Amino acid sequence: MSKNLRINNKQFVDETRKLSFIFNGKKLYGYKGDTLASALLSNDIHLVGRSFKYHRPRGIMTSGSEEPNAILQIGNDDALTDPNVRATEIELYDGLICNSQNCWPSVKFDIGGINNFLSPLLPAGFYYKTFMWPASFWEKYEYFIRKSAGLGKSPTKQDPDMYDHRYMHCDILIVGGGVSGLIAAKIASDDNKKVLLLEDKELLGGSLIYDDNDISKIDNQKSSEWLKKLIENIKNDKNIIIKTRTSLAAYHNYNFLLARQNLTDHLSVNDRSNKIRQRLYKIRAKKVIISTGAIERPQVFHNNDRPGIMLASAVKKYIDYYGVRCGLENVIFTNNDSAYETALSLYKSGTKLNAIIDIRDNSSSEIVNKVKSLGIQIYWNHTVINTKGYKRINKITIMKLNDKGNDVVGKKIELSCDCLAISGGWTPMVHLFTQSGGKLKFDNKDNIFVPDKTNLNQLSIGSAKGDFELDDVLKNSIKDTKNFLQIENSNFDKIDVKCSKEKEKKNIWLLPSDKPLSKTKPFLDYQNDSTAKDIKLALREGFKSIEHVKRYTTTGMGTDQGKLANMHALGIVADTTNTNMGDLGTTTFRPPYTPLTFGTIVGRNVGQFFDIFRKTPMHDWHVDNNAKFENVGQWKRAWYYPKDGESMHDAVQRESKAARESTGILDASTLGKIDIQGTDANEFLNRVYTNAWSKLQIGKCRYGLMLNEDGMVYDDGVTTRLGENHYLMTTTTGGAANVMSKLEDYLQTEWPELDVFLTSVTDHYATASVCGPNAKKIINKIFKDLDLSDESFPHMSFKEVKLGDINCRVMRISFTGELSYEINVEASYGKYIWERCIEAGKEFNITPYGTETMHLLRAEKGFIIVGQDTDGTMTPVDLQMDWIISKKKYDFIGKRSLYRSDTIREDRKQLVGLLTDNPNEILEEGAQIVKNENKKPVNMLGHVTSSYFSPTLKKSIALAVLKEGKKLKGQKLLVPMINKTIKVTVSDTVFLDKENERING
Amino acid sequence: MFLINCPYCGERDQSEFVSGGEAHIARPKQPTELNDDQWAEYLFMRKNIKGIQFERWNHAHGCRKWFNVARDTSNDKIEKIYKMGEQPPKL
Repeated sequence: MSKNLRINNKQFVDETRKLSFIFNGKKLYGYKGDTLASALLSNDIHLVGRSFKYHRPRGIMTSGSEEPNAILQIGNDDALTDPNVRATEIELYDGLICNSQNCWPSVKFDIGGINNFLSPLLPAGFYYKTFMWPASFWEKYEYFIRKSAGLGKSPTKQDPDMYDHRYMHCDILIVGGGVSGLIAAKIASDDNKKVLLLEDKELLGGSLIYDDNDISKIDNQKSSEWLKKLIENIKNDKNIIIKTRTSLAAYHNYNFLLARQNLTDHLSVNDRSNKIRQRLYKIRAKKVIISTGAIERPQVFHNNDRPGIMLASAVKKYIDYYGVRCGLENVIFTNNDSAYETALSLYKSGTKLNAIIDIRDNSSSEIVNKVKSLGIQIYWNHTVINTKGYKRINKITIMKLNDKGNDVVGKKIELSCDCLAISGGWTPMVHLFTQSGGKLKFDNKDNIFVPDKTNLNQLSIGSAKGDFELDDVLKNSIKDTKNFLQIENSNFDKIDVKCSKEKEKKNIWLLPSDKPLSKTKPFLDYQNDSTAKDIKLALREGFKSIEHVKRYTTTGMGTDQGKLANMHALGIVADTTNTNMGDLGTTTFRPPYTPLTFGTIVGRNVGQFFDIFRKTPMHDWHVDNNAKFENVGQWKRAWYYPKDGESMHDAVQRESKAARESTGILDASTLGKIDIQGTDANEFLNRVYTNAWSKLQIGKCRYGLMLNEDGMVYDDGVTTRLGENHYLMTTTTGGAANVMSKLEDYLQTEWPELDVFLTSVTDHYATASVCGPNAKKIINKIFKDLDLSDESFPHMSFKEVKLGDINCRVMRISFTGELSYEINVEASYGKYIWERCIEAGKEFNITPYGTETMHLLRAEKGFIIVGQDTDGTMTPVDLQMDWIISKKKYDFIGKRSLYRSDTIREDRKQLVGLLTDNPNEILEEGAQIVKNENKKPVNMLGHVTSSYFSPTLKKSIALAVLKEGKKLKGQKLLVPMINKTIKVTVSDTVFLDKENERING
Repeated sequence: MFLINCPYCGERDQSEFVSGGEAHIARPKQPTELNDDQWAEYLFMRKNIKGIQFERWNHAHGCRKWFNVARDTSNDKIEKIYKMGEQPPKL
């Protein structure tokens, strides 16, 4: 701190707690209570970054979330580093490490700065125009463009921090803890409402809390003193929950809002361990009051972006709040009265103010008169036409405005300065209001958009609604809050407010210069380097909609989302096109208001909590026996059980052989199970399945196919009649929930007259499926008294039997074509029954098999898997399953669609078998099938849906959907792959045991 | 995110519900009597209007009951919630 930039101000910054931090490798000091920005400024550092396109040196410009320039990379750890952090928002902590972005090799000497001199070659739309041709070169361009795009560096390692989500409910949510929000909170609390008050800064009070001028008085006290008492009062109020360091990210419909609270970002790294870093509040509020305040606008003139050029309100805050002078030779450039408060703060702190330049002709308000009385030089009706100083402003040139304000006249005057405080008026923060669907209206007096119509229970107050002077802010906030809450009286009704009143207003969106516009650089969007010239170019090139102008020029598209730039961009478009700004409208404000970390968004839903997964009761056995798992819906299903380093192929071949030659066992617990009861259950099944169910006897099972109303196959499964009015339906594993809700839908909305009740029992039962020639012997060993003869227990039948105290439902059904029994028990006995089967099957070398082998075995038999061999465009006729469509039933779901003009087309894709000419060649699932690969474009006839090598048949088999497939049996077709073309022959879909003899063992 | 007042459970977050599209499209009692165009009208054609639309909603992660909602599609305001089988309100 070579220069004396700190002034004695012990209010908000604790000078007894010195903190060290590192900026671009250099160790610096600040105090507890500083932001990174105020600490840098106290070290006389303005230059902190380079602009995005021209790499111009840029300095800290603001003191809040609107900061376009001072965005830094925080931390140097691969897992913890944060890009694009606004130095104006991050509280200083001991050991903070930060670096400038978008510059190489350093912020002081940046090679990319050459773009500044090339800027005539880099107008708006440069990338769009230049890299369009030749089109084939895009891939080469893209590499370089991507490299030069973007600002900070993303962390490359997993984020070790913890994040949290929390729901909150309140009567009144107040967003913004400035004076109007605090008054509203107090009024609501006095009316016994539960209030949630959010403030994005560390302290409540907004800008009034550090206001130090003698003109503003509330109830005859200094306004900041009055406010401090109110804050103490609110902190002790049990009706008010206060969340500081909490910024509202999004305001959705039905008063659903998201807010992010920073919990550890202000702590030194050592103090953060085991603490939650950020918390996302999901808030449902009965009523919302927006008191987010306003942000100051810059002015748009030639070279208005140099380090040392700052918003006047920021200069004031750095002095009055942080006790930091932004310069020793200050000049103020304004079009309104508010910058005169900065003048008073500079004067009071003993900081030199060389001059004030005001584009207005004069002003005689109380505050201006006071500044005049201090002898400060004011240049009325003047504008800044240029600034000098590459890495820090050192000089400005001013000239007198002409009568119209569109040109400059008279002599140039040069003034030296190291800080230029600019003010172009104020913009209400209407982001949240518009995010919520609210419509804005334009106020011609102050050139601002203010909240107008909304469908939600919400209110904007204070400067967020366009009140800028203290008496308006307070009195209107009180009045509006009372109306909003329907309260007659409040404790603030007799409030007495004194303040200076602005009398003269003047606004020029683009200030003139002595040079033509083409020779100047009047920046609008600092971060994206878009200037007034770019806006005019876009308009000349025919872009009319403000949304198009935004995208073409990238104005307002940076990380600051144009908080500073948008109003001037709109103003210049309106002026150039002679449009009323109100008619022009604004661009869309989208959430989040300020950037959120990904961690905040996902909260605890990371790692094993990212998505739930379901395990069968036998899961641990599969794990113990080296199973590989496959995700099926949310289920973890055993996929295959490799032995001694077997490959998947080898394991599946071994498992399949065992199932066909001796016995295999499959965990089928994941199949969806729906318990159906009621006197109309049979009628219900007749309506939802394509086949007939009337004659199904108790104790028998039947396979059913379910369609959508459009005739396409939706699900399949076996349903068992357990009793007179009691059925157990099974569905596919992945389709269980959908089938359940579809059936509920029909029952509740189309057929409420049916006496049927559905209960999902998928999780209630575990299923072990034992199949193969020796299956009967194994079942016999377990259930010694059960008559397993074909006469007593034929295929597609069911028996209820006890094993000790365990009720077992044994179904003789088969998805493999082998003799097969499925034992269903209550889930808690699942592992027991599985182990009993394994034990009993030992002498027959019972082999556990997974889903892959199951798929192979069923494919050998030509059984479909819904979702693999079908894709929502296959009718039962397409699947060559005409046999399952009842001719007698008058109606079932999807029946009428089976003879629509489209579904009866003969050239639809149909399910066929495919055999490769080389029996060892295995087709890839998804591979395309063609007739002639030379005639281009190649006509695609269909694709492979299932493909395996059958160890029993010793050849490759596949199922496919093929255009006019039924007619093509025996035809030779081609399956072109990347390196070769595979010759195939269309076959029947059943490859093994066409006579169904194996089903009886 | 809406708040939906389930007629069986009360006010709940939208995330507990699924939308079932336009309401009051009854499944034809005798589908076989319909020609292709009439069947397609039932099967595919939906109004998708801007303004108040009658919709089916299901409290999927709650009581699993279906009910009807009159919702203004331009601002998502729910004007009326009524049970299955009831006539649409005049709005």
